[in-house]
Amino acid sequence: MARPTFLMNIIVAIKQVPARDSQLHIAGSGQWIEESDLAYEINEPDAYALEAGLQLKEKHGGEVIALCAGPDRAGQTIREALAKGADRAIHIEEDIGALDPLAQARLLAAAVKIETPDLVLTGLQSDDLGYGQTGVIIAELLGLPHATIIMEVEAREGAIRVKRELEDGWFQHIEMPLPALLAVQSGISKLRYATLMGIKKAKSKEVRRVSASSLGIAPAAPSIVLQRLYLPERTKRTQLFEGDAKKAAAQLVEKLKFEARVI
Amino acid sequence: MSVLAILEQRAGAWNRASFETLAAAQQIAKELGTTASAAVLGQNIGALANELAATDLAVVYALEHDLLKDYTPDAYTAALKELLDRLKPSIVLFPHTYQVRDFLPKLATRLGRVAVSDVVSHRVESGQLVLVRQLFQGKVNVDVGLAGDAPHLASLQAGAYRGDRVAAGAAAVEVVAPSIQPGDVRTRPLEPFRESQRAVDLGAAELIVSVGRGIKEAGNIPLVEKLAHALGAELAASRPICDAGWLPMERQVGSSGQTVAPKMYMAIGISGAIQHLVGMKGARIVVAINKDANAPIFEVADYGIVGDLFQVVPALIEAIQNAK
Repeated sequence: MARPTFLMNIIVAIKQVPARDSQLHIAGSGQWIEESDLAYEINEPDAYALEAGLQLKEKHGGEVIALCAGPDRAGQTIREALAKGADRAIHIEEDIGALDPLAQARLLAAAVKIETPDLVLTGLQSDDLGYGQTGVIIAELLGLPHATIIMEVEAREGAIRVKRELEDGWFQHIEMPLPALLAVQSGISKLRYATLMGIKKAKSKEVRRVSASSLGIAPAAPSIVLQRLYLPERTKRTQLFEGDAKKAAAQLVEKLKFEARVI
Repeated sequence: MSVLAILEQRAGAWNRASFETLAAAQQIAKELGTTASAAVLGQNIGALANELAATDLAVVYALEHDLLKDYTPDAYTAALKELLDRLKPSIVLFPHTYQVRDFLPKLATRLGRVAVSDVVSHRVESGQLVLVRQLFQGKVNVDVGLAGDAPHLASLQAGAYRGDRVAAGAAAVEVVAPSIQPGDVRTRPLEPFRESQRAVDLGAAELIVSVGRGIKEAGNIPLVEKLAHALGAELAASRPICDAGWLPMERQVGSSGQTVAPKMYMAIGISGAIQHLVGMKGARIVVAINKDANAPIFEVADYGIVGDLFQVVPALIEAIQNAK
């Protein structure tokens, strides 16, 4: 099969977030969570963005750069992205924790600008803060056209055509010139695992470490303030059965049959 | 001080979340002791604007332009930036729709602001608006305070406010012609379409057994299938299961899948992220089986078992068979 005659240089912004099954505790300050005893992993929507980037590179040639802002521990997530096939990485060494989405996007945009990629990919939202804004803000800061909730990407020279998910089972194709930014929907394709060879190769790949100040980004006053974190109250009274599975199952079935009368 | 609601329509039909935002704007304006107005964007939207003229608002702004016929983030951002620069409202509210997610961060950035997205409730404390949103997939709530200059922008989660509480009244309609140029619009949207007809109608199911990422791997799905069979229930799933291809997309319940309202919804290994909850909160009885007692799914469950699903589900199948 003849390879298309243009290359795609792609930056994928990835974030490291607390692992999904983490037991969260509110920090003493009440303004963030207790981070010391948490395990971290790649933000799952970003794993799909990385996958989309790797597939485009495999089809067209070019390179995939993984871009990640976070403290030292984010290095693990970066190594995993390199092991899956990213060619090199940029690590913005800053504790971004509860930074507002504009402050986070400013850091990422400054790093993207230096690389002048054809395409910037992000996940749709983060599993920690969940604002779902970072990609679109990066696009605006860099003057790039964008589209979000992307299910398919088809690249031509200097342009792309994407399939965007709308609500209630509707979709839409959108065309735009490159360079552009896309926020990718989870499930765009199956995620790959890192191979042993990939893990080995990752060790020799370049990770460029930068900081907010080396990117020329000064801290700005936040315009939204996380005043207080707390655990949500239960709105319903739940009858809970714990302990031995057999006993709990029998109790539940009895309730469903004689109290709720649904079976 | 004033509150402005930005409402959403497509091809002349309202997105029903618009009325939730409208009701919220009226309520928040009242609590802040000010007035609410609303804006709608499109082409030939006179009928929609007239509908709003019968509600309790100060002014209805109808932003009419050929380039607003089909949504693009560039045209919407340009039109709304111009409107907000002129009106200088204090609070601007949007429904948290897919479309709003696509342009609100861009608009906020152009205004030098940060939008508070996906708000679930609010309160007014000594004249200041405090917005509540969720972090960590619904495991934690946070009170968000607004700092810096107005306008403050926020989008409201679907179902957070009641659309049937819009107060009737009379409002003046002002038609606005935004100065958007064709060169401003860089993306070209094509006609929206639907994929092939769904073969499974979960909306009509009386009993649903739904499986989430707690099932760990594709090879374990038959266990939950067996439970559904024992109950005579339809099998459904949360998004990650369908994303991974373990069950077809048409079995997905949630904001991007089907909305269901069965007699009983049994969630197996589903933590209950908000995107899932909006798809199943119409169920009469919710049963949750999860190893994490703090999983948000237990907040909406009537009955629950905290435990390992790989022990609980086989025990349930046996108990159901014995009960027959």
